[in-house]
Amino acid sequence: MTNLEKYVKAFSEALEVPESEVSTLVYGESAAWDSVGHMTLIAALEDAFDIMVDMDDIIDLSSFEKGKEILAKYDVEL
Amino acid sequence: MTDLQTLPSLPPYGMAKEEKRAFLTAELTQLCDWHAQRCPEYGRILSAWPTRLEKAASYEQLPFLPVRLFKEFSLKSVADEALHKTMTSSGTTGQQVSKIYLDRETSALQSKVLAKIVGEFLGKQRLPMIILDSSAVIKNPAMFSARGAGILGFSIFAREKVYALNERMELDVEALKAFLDKHQGEDIFLFGFTFMIWQHFCAGLHKAGYQPDLSKGILIHGGGWKKLADQKISTERFKAELRETCGVTRVHNYYGMVEQTGTIYMECEHGHLHAPTWSDVTIRRPEDFSVADKNESGLIQVSSLLPRSYPGHILLTEDEGRILGEDDCPCGRMGKYFEIAGRIQRAEVRGCSDTYEQKA
Repeated sequence: MTNLEKYVKAFSEALEVPESEVSTLVYGESAAWDSVGHMTLIAALEDAFDIMVDMDDIIDLSSFEKGKEILAKYDVEL
Repeated sequence: MTDLQTLPSLPPYGMAKEEKRAFLTAELTQLCDWHAQRCPEYGRILSAWPTRLEKAASYEQLPFLPVRLFKEFSLKSVADEALHKTMTSSGTTGQQVSKIYLDRETSALQSKVLAKIVGEFLGKQRLPMIILDSSAVIKNPAMFSARGAGILGFSIFAREKVYALNERMELDVEALKAFLDKHQGEDIFLFGFTFMIWQHFCAGLHKAGYQPDLSKGILIHGGGWKKLADQKISTERFKAELRETCGVTRVHNYYGMVEQTGTIYMECEHGHLHAPTWSDVTIRRPEDFSVADKNESGLIQVSSLLPRSYPGHILLTEDEGRILGEDDCPCGRMGKYFEIAGRIQRAEVRGCSDTYEQKA
């Protein structure tokens, strides 16, 4: 599985949204991605890439696109 | 106003008295104007206030709103389309709840500032976390109250978490044992509401005859002392109980309210509550609302730079307390430090942990 596939899968599974719909997701704009879903998502991303996300980045990860920028800081290339 | 990127990056306890006073006065004055332009009800309050904004020499001269105003009125400074979520203080049955309207900006600001403040006590690393409450608080949306929001808000400091109580509010000894085995030798973050910790965690440990080793634990708890004060349980007794039942010695209470989420007042190693850079406490005399002297008890006014989507930046609470000093606490943190004496007589019963009603 490529990193992008893992990334999509983490979003899809954590937020219970079909893979085809994850790319437009924004925090707080869908019922799935609320504050509970957010922590599930962070845990899923940490597991998928074996990283530990800083507190500041947890707060900044506010969209599917923004998450890609943040993961780059942890040397995860998508 | 300081922009939303710069504001949360300020050091939490690094601003000395004069600088902080000037900073808060400038920021809060602009916030008054911001809300007056966006919230018609607030605009009317401001126009009825005796001191004109541009004449206010300090933020103590700006209008302070009684917290209960948020129960009686829907006060918001954003269009309905921009609303992100509405927080409620879940009052007990028959009471009206406060409604606090948050947009994405204010909500993010709250999380960031909370992270900065708590980071000062827990360190930069996220830790294994034991939530001294029941998982039912999060699972059941109907129960999702200030308590659930508090647990979630503090979960960003967790790397992995476990609930100490099962859905029937009983101690989950097996889950705790497994979690502590896995994280032997690590610092552990413990979080819960004061009354729940006393009533269900400490009592549960006794009942189960289980003495976990939480000497590496750092406990942060809040939600008010009212129920414990009613049972005549002092801070010292509470801390002694925790030390004896599970060995936790690093215990920090915090004072905060849903009306000003984010800017919480953390208790330091010397037992003092501290105002962070983004907020302040002012004590007012109940007779005439004038500003009380240091060490003089009165009503607590809280001022915070975070509320942008609702006019809750300067609030008069129904709690009583006194200022113990400013910039000179032996812990080294700058800013005012204070203590809470209790709730004023005849005030309505409210508070986070008070949302839990014990069934007879």
